[in-house]
Amino acid sequence: MLQVRALTKAFRGLTAVRDVSFDVADNEIVALIGPNGAGKTTCFNVISGALKPTAGTVMLSGEIVAGLPPEQIAMKGLVRTFQIVRPMRTMTVLENAMIGAFARTADVSKAMDTAFRSIARVGLQNKADALAGNLTLPDRKMLELARAIAAGPRLLLLDEVMAGLRTAESDRIVDIIRSLKAEGMTVLLIEHIMRVVMALADRVVVLHHGEKLAEGKPSEIGADPKVIESYLGKRTKLA
Amino acid sequence: MKRALSPRPWPAFVFFLVVAGLGPVLDSFWLSLLTLVFFYALMGLSWNLMMSAGLLSLGHALFLGLGAYTTAVLTASGGISPWLAIPAGTVISALAGSMIAWVGGRFSVRGVQFAVLTIAFAELVRVLFDNWNFVGGTGGFFLKAINPDTNRPLLTLRGGALFFYFAFLAITAAAYFLVQRLMASRWGFRWRAISEDEDAARALGVPALRSKVLAVAISAGLAGLGGGLFGLMQGSLFPDSTMRLQLSIEVLIAPIVGGLGSPFGSVMGAFFVVPLMEFANVLGQRTGYYGVNTLIYGIVILAVIAFLPHGIWPRVVQFVRSARPA
Repeated sequence: MLQVRALTKAFRGLTAVRDVSFDVADNEIVALIGPNGAGKTTCFNVISGALKPTAGTVMLSGEIVAGLPPEQIAMKGLVRTFQIVRPMRTMTVLENAMIGAFARTADVSKAMDTAFRSIARVGLQNKADALAGNLTLPDRKMLELARAIAAGPRLLLLDEVMAGLRTAESDRIVDIIRSLKAEGMTVLLIEHIMRVVMALADRVVVLHHGEKLAEGKPSEIGADPKVIESYLGKRTKLA
Repeated sequence: MKRALSPRPWPAFVFFLVVAGLGPVLDSFWLSLLTLVFFYALMGLSWNLMMSAGLLSLGHALFLGLGAYTTAVLTASGGISPWLAIPAGTVISALAGSMIAWVGGRFSVRGVQFAVLTIAFAELVRVLFDNWNFVGGTGGFFLKAINPDTNRPLLTLRGGALFFYFAFLAITAAAYFLVQRLMASRWGFRWRAISEDEDAARALGVPALRSKVLAVAISAGLAGLGGGLFGLMQGSLFPDSTMRLQLSIEVLIAPIVGGLGSPFGSVMGAFFVVPLMEFANVLGQRTGYYGVNTLIYGIVILAVIAFLPHGIWPRVVQFVRSARPA
């Protein structure tokens, strides 16, 4: 589904991402982990088109998408969420999701149906008419997810959708992501909560100082001395 | 789970019909006052459309002026029927608008900087017209006088007060329904999304540049349409009146007072602002103090913005809804 090849992103003198390559297979859930400043979000920004790569390339289903504007990448089925949620505050929950749904249809009532299904999926159906600006943080996170789902992605990029949520709420998102996978969705996610990563990911890619440090199954990563040294710490209990 | 996204069209339809019915019974003072109301309502609808996409226009006089000049020059110098000249002016304005939107979008000129860009283009073209002899320069461009006895208004699109009353009412009503429909469509959603957070909107597949170009093209086209008819009504055009910066400011008062983002608000705003301006003028003349009219006008506008920050129309809608049990 996604091939990231020798991706490098430099801001003036600072190289945020250096020579990173990894794949995400169809219907796979891959977690991108690493300490703060490791270049995870920069990676997302380049893959989703918000930034242009300095070098290297990104392919979606064999087609080069690196350097395309974000809206074109979204139309091709790669949709991302933002770590700091960005709801359209003066629009309602349903209207927010409709923006996503309009990526697949021009028909208002069809968009409304798609949008309603996606907000129901994250449990916001009773707040459909609430202004997004009035939502609590957990609800905004749910809306961010619902909006991305409504845009009909094949590959969903989730940037810390669970950060700042209680266990029960993040468990709910884990369930949603699992059900999306069951329907054939492919997911690439940035996540700090190791419990979630271990429960959800088929494969894990570890970034450190902008470079790929390790890649493998969650159990392998949890046992990798380099990863423990640089990121997890010796006392981390997994799963 | 189906809900009305936009107000039902028939109340507005009835409103415009009633206003049309008033035409034959009004005297010439009221006819010309309401014609001006329709003109400002149309400009407000046009300006508000761009605003809904987060694009602040401080150069709407450019679009109005281009429409007016194109129409006037084509009919007077080119001998072309106004039925073709007005659409030509509409298209020229829309093209100018698309170009400004494209330049702004392509080079990520956003927010206040975009507003400055609209001023820059409007002033540039005004100065250009000031020095362009073909369109009369600062001396102005004049339409040939028409003989009221042989004139056929439906052919020349020029006529008396009642003719322009109906003409402006018709295009303003048409513009209202067009804008209303657009705002409830996919494009309306996209414009609102862009105005709130362009990057987040693009991440959801909203083609930001195309959306903006479309919004400005339609907005400029409507202003050009109104300008074309306005030129025919005036019979004379001067860059320093038809394209003046002050005009760009005047057109945005009605939609702000009426309610930003609400098409009917723009119409209501014009019904409030234009008579207020006239009333203040009359009062200013009666008292004999220079500037009293501007003072009254300013104070009332200030009061409306202070006490009804979201505009008159949204407050009325809210009041009606709360008075009626859901």
